[in-house]
Amino acid sequence: MANNEAAEARTVDQVLDSTLDSVDSAEEVVLREAQELGFDEDDLHRIGMSVRECMVNAVVHGNRYNARKKVRLTVSRTADRLTVVIGDEGEGFDIAALPDPLANENLLRHSGRGILLIQAFMDEFQIRAREPKGTEVKMVKYVAKAS
Amino acid sequence: MSVKLTTRQVGDVIVIDAVGRITLGEGASTFRDTIRDLAASGHKKMLLNLGEVSYIDSSGIGEMVSGFTTVANQGGSVKLLNLTKRVKDLLQITKLYTVFEVFEDEAAAVRSFA
Repeated sequence: MANNEAAEARTVDQVLDSTLDSVDSAEEVVLREAQELGFDEDDLHRIGMSVRECMVNAVVHGNRYNARKKVRLTVSRTADRLTVVIGDEGEGFDIAALPDPLANENLLRHSGRGILLIQAFMDEFQIRAREPKGTEVKMVKYVAKAS
Repeated sequence: MSVKLTTRQVGDVIVIDAVGRITLGEGASTFRDTIRDLAASGHKKMLLNLGEVSYIDSSGIGEMVSGFTTVANQGGSVKLLNLTKRVKDLLQITKLYTVFEVFEDEAAAVRSFA
């Protein structure tokens, strides 16, 4: 069992351009790893969508499509979980200062729902400032919790 | 695959049949342009059939909300038809089920505009 778990452990590390094509490629990379872990179709959809939302935040809001700025994608899988870390080189932001997308006065806002969806779809969600600058998001989906 | 939108008139309701993905980029912009063009040409009763939409991200949701407010500001309404379970889940998570009227039967949806 221990050998199987060790054999399954794997990490993929990529540095991506700040383009929408990178959003697609990041989703593909993560879903490939997630499929290997045996997540069902619904969870694959949730994982893929979380990665897209996070990548869009990194490319569009973080790096602002700046060709000199990169997005770092790290996907780690062990027997019991998939961990995705996405980091940008943007100016950063205060998550507490974001408008609550579920407040009645914000329901008709055009944007601001990405993080809400990630939090709903993934089992763990952490966000922190990168050094010297940027934002890093860590998302975890547990295999044991896969529905 | 991006989204493909086709329209048909049922009485005085314009039904928009969407197929594909409504996501940031071409899908969301196609959707936005279609709703705006229909609103600009005077359509006030829009029924959006999402039965063949496989994927909507937060940008697509944003365009749906923008379309809703654009049409509502002109005295019209946008209602939704044939939601997949995944889209229903999105409306639940985002609380937008409190904003949109949702139908599973086209004839009932069309009658609701009367």
